[in-house]
Amino acid sequence: MTHVSPELTLVIPLVGAVIIALLGRWPNAREAVTLACAAALLLAVGSLFPAVLEHGARPAWRGPEVLPGLGLVLEVEPLGLIYAGVAALLWLPNSLYSIGYMRGHHETNQTRFFACFALSIASAMGIAFSGNLFTLFVFYEALSLATFPLVTHHGTEKAQRAGRLYVGFLFGTSMVLMLLAIVWTWTLTGTVDFRAGGILGDVSPGLTAVLFGLFMLGSGKAAVMPFHFWLPSAMVAPTPVSALLHAVAVVKAGVFVVLKVSVYVFGVDTVASGVHHEWLLYLAAATILIASIVAMTKDDLKARLAYSTVGQLSYIVLGAALGNSLGVAGGGLHIAMHAFGKITLFFCAGAIYVAAHKTKVSELTGLGRRMPFTMLAFAVGALSIIGLPPLGGAWSKWYLGLATLEAGHAGLLVVLLISSLLNVAYLLPIPLKAFFLSPPAGDGAHGGADEGIHEAPLPCLIALGLTALGSVALFFWPDLLLRLVTEVAPLGS
Amino acid sequence: MTLTPQVPALVVLVPLLAGVVIGLVRHAGLAWLLASLASVTTFALTLALAARVQAEGVVIYAMGGWAAPTGIELRVDALNALVLALVAGMAAVIVPTSRASVAREVPADRHDQFYALVLLCVAGMLGVTATGDAFNLYVLIEISSLTAYALVALGRSRDRRALTASFQYLIMGSIGASFLLVGLGYLFLATGTLNMADMAVRLADLHGSTTVRTGVAFVIVGLSLKMALFPVHQWMADAYTYAPTSVTALMASTATKVGVYITIRFVYTIFGHELSFVIMPTDAFLLAFACLAIVVGSLQAIRQHDVRRLLAYSSVAQIGYLVLGLALGSALGLSGTLVHLLNHALVKGALFLAVGAVVYRQGGATMHELTGIARRMPLTAAAIAVGGLGLIGVPLTGGFVSKWYLVAGALEAGLWPVAVVVLVGSLLAVAYVLRLLQVVYFGEPGTVAPEPAGEAPASFWAPALLLLLGSVALGVSGQLTGGLIAAAAGALAGGAP
Repeated sequence: MTHVSPELTLVIPLVGAVIIALLGRWPNAREAVTLACAAALLLAVGSLFPAVLEHGARPAWRGPEVLPGLGLVLEVEPLGLIYAGVAALLWLPNSLYSIGYMRGHHETNQTRFFACFALSIASAMGIAFSGNLFTLFVFYEALSLATFPLVTHHGTEKAQRAGRLYVGFLFGTSMVLMLLAIVWTWTLTGTVDFRAGGILGDVSPGLTAVLFGLFMLGSGKAAVMPFHFWLPSAMVAPTPVSALLHAVAVVKAGVFVVLKVSVYVFGVDTVASGVHHEWLLYLAAATILIASIVAMTKDDLKARLAYSTVGQLSYIVLGAALGNSLGVAGGGLHIAMHAFGKITLFFCAGAIYVAAHKTKVSELTGLGRRMPFTMLAFAVGALSIIGLPPLGGAWSKWYLGLATLEAGHAGLLVVLLISSLLNVAYLLPIPLKAFFLSPPAGDGAHGGADEGIHEAPLPCLIALGLTALGSVALFFWPDLLLRLVTEVAPLGS
Repeated sequence: MTLTPQVPALVVLVPLLAGVVIGLVRHAGLAWLLASLASVTTFALTLALAARVQAEGVVIYAMGGWAAPTGIELRVDALNALVLALVAGMAAVIVPTSRASVAREVPADRHDQFYALVLLCVAGMLGVTATGDAFNLYVLIEISSLTAYALVALGRSRDRRALTASFQYLIMGSIGASFLLVGLGYLFLATGTLNMADMAVRLADLHGSTTVRTGVAFVIVGLSLKMALFPVHQWMADAYTYAPTSVTALMASTATKVGVYITIRFVYTIFGHELSFVIMPTDAFLLAFACLAIVVGSLQAIRQHDVRRLLAYSSVAQIGYLVLGLALGSALGLSGTLVHLLNHALVKGALFLAVGAVVYRQGGATMHELTGIARRMPLTAAAIAVGGLGLIGVPLTGGFVSKWYLVAGALEAGLWPVAVVVLVGSLLAVAYVLRLLQVVYFGEPGTVAPEPAGEAPASFWAPALLLLLGSVALGVSGQLTGGLIAAAAGALAGGAP
């Protein structure tokens, strides 16, 4: 089985971005390029799966060295393949959705939007396949830069403020904490490569704990409290951007860094052995609970979903911090499971906004009659986030639950269960009220207030249908993901 | 007779004599042509000299054939060969392309004076860099400074405040020169020599001398003024803002760099590691002010409305980085300083050229005049964007490499708070650069100032993009930076003055 060289996964979206920028005057051709690139990228990333899984290959590419022994290196490994696979797989429905949303909503600067989107995907590929900390940092920052124009897309005062928060938190954490940790690692060990079992073997436990703190907090995209404020404020961006942030690339990059650094820089055993690492467990647990409680108080649908994301991300951080194979497996699975569930929810929120111009949870009562398909997909996404079978989210929560027990933290299992109940409380009433309560009475002249509301444009519906089906499929066929995570963290010994 | 052995002298003499000749021609076009020829020739000479240094090692040239302790000698090693090529290279890029900008900002009857002064200033800086004689160094510093005061004052036809800026610069520059002169006087008293190599040898036995210590302190303070190290940096903000833009581009990329080079020379080769860092607390003094420069300079840059002033305060911060690296007293730190020296020269030169394009089209360079120019001036905007990223030190620009070295150097020395300052500094740079880019790219054109008629002539953006290409090359090629590190190690070993 042949596979592509890993750098091709960056070249495809990069070239795509350039062509998109040049085709600004021909929107149909421009969108065709986006879709073609998304399809090509999916094939390219897809070809890497059998190579890694069945042949044990680690396709690599070495770029220029910027310092002696420090260069751009790509190397495909299973954890990165999960993240890259999710991003590549979701780019296609997200593009489809973007076309429907941006046109249906008559947004301006669409060329910039699609070009920056492709650049973001290229950065995500670079993060996923980074072979050392330097490469990881380069593309992590590139992702922040490429998404900045997307977050500030509307150019309003509110969007600019969100943009400032966005770069402030993301660059603030990565440039000060993460880069410090990377250079420190380099001065201590002479390498920044990712290696199975970690590279910090000779570093004293105290210093290892400091580095652990710098890396974990330095990955601001993981939105662990108190570094989460940028995420809800970035909701001001168009909905496809929210999908990119919450599901396809950005926050997943944050938790991916947390997982990857835990496994390949510290090593699972090192994380488990240090008492100085336990604080992260409690920080993640606190984030999970607080974010879920805040989500319940939000009437704005996208804000509610944003806080839901903050909570769900800390599941993955928790998995990394538990320091056992089950935790890594659960975290790795949750990257994919949460992505499919949350992108469905955001697609639905955007569809409701485009079709019905509603943004508040309280306005959605009875909407299920007008937009049954959308609300059904919403219910599917919600159930997956909650972690109920037959949806993908059940698997990751199952493994995370087992991981807490194996690590001897039964209290954290209770946290996970409470959080699931909170998820039920803030997500499920939305589709239930939409379907089973009647819409508010109109002013009499036009019948019901929801008169004239139809489903969103077809591309949007196709996209959210696909991702909802994806959530279901992930429950019945999780084998591929399970095999990938077991490659990283052997289970069941 | 061949001229090859005379190259070290010609590097200084060509611009010096050209400056004198241009002062006599009284014709704007001819002055520009001569100045361009001279600056390109000088650059070629510095490259030849650098090649010779690489092949033969230290090149020593006795001026007028008088041997060292009596006569004045030029001494060129890997370190100052690099700085010579940098200064001459920036002049070779900026002078020939400056015509449109100078025509817009300097009265036509002053063009001959303008180009004469530019070349004399360049000659002064090259002499300062090449010389191996301490008093000669002082004289040449004054030549480059006096011409710089005059050049800043030439900005007066655009804005009268250029005159006060020039006067302030003159006062501060002269105070700095006085400190330097007094310091050199003490050192001469103690050692009885003005030759740098000689002085280094004799100082080794005089570490206990109060005279020597006083001399060291005066020299360091004088150099701090010349480098515009915080808190004696205020002159630079005004000078950069009101000078003709091409003068600012040249000075921002060369003058402060030469100051840093002299400081390295004094601290490492003349005083030596022990006198500088063990007996005298030069490192603590410079580190403290470097950290303050980084933080305060960046914070002030964030608040500026005029982009030239913003870039000037950014330079205050960048000088902080340069001084921080040399004050770490290690190979890592010095490598950081050298990479940063080169990178910042390229980036700041490019940014001021781009700002010159805006001044050319818009008549000013405040945030208002830059609003939304990306639509009509895409290449100028691109130069501002890439240059801005270089200031931040994003990966794959030279700024990242130098930042890496500085942070590693600070950590190696056990000074993690200094490492944090370096990183916080680049975070603050994100703030002022993104603010600038938001205005340039996302500002609504035509709302606060008229939209530019079109892209500026290629003589603005082409050299800017060329310089930025150099910065990116520094950022991606380990080989380029590897050569610099060798130079750094050489200076640290104190092989040649």
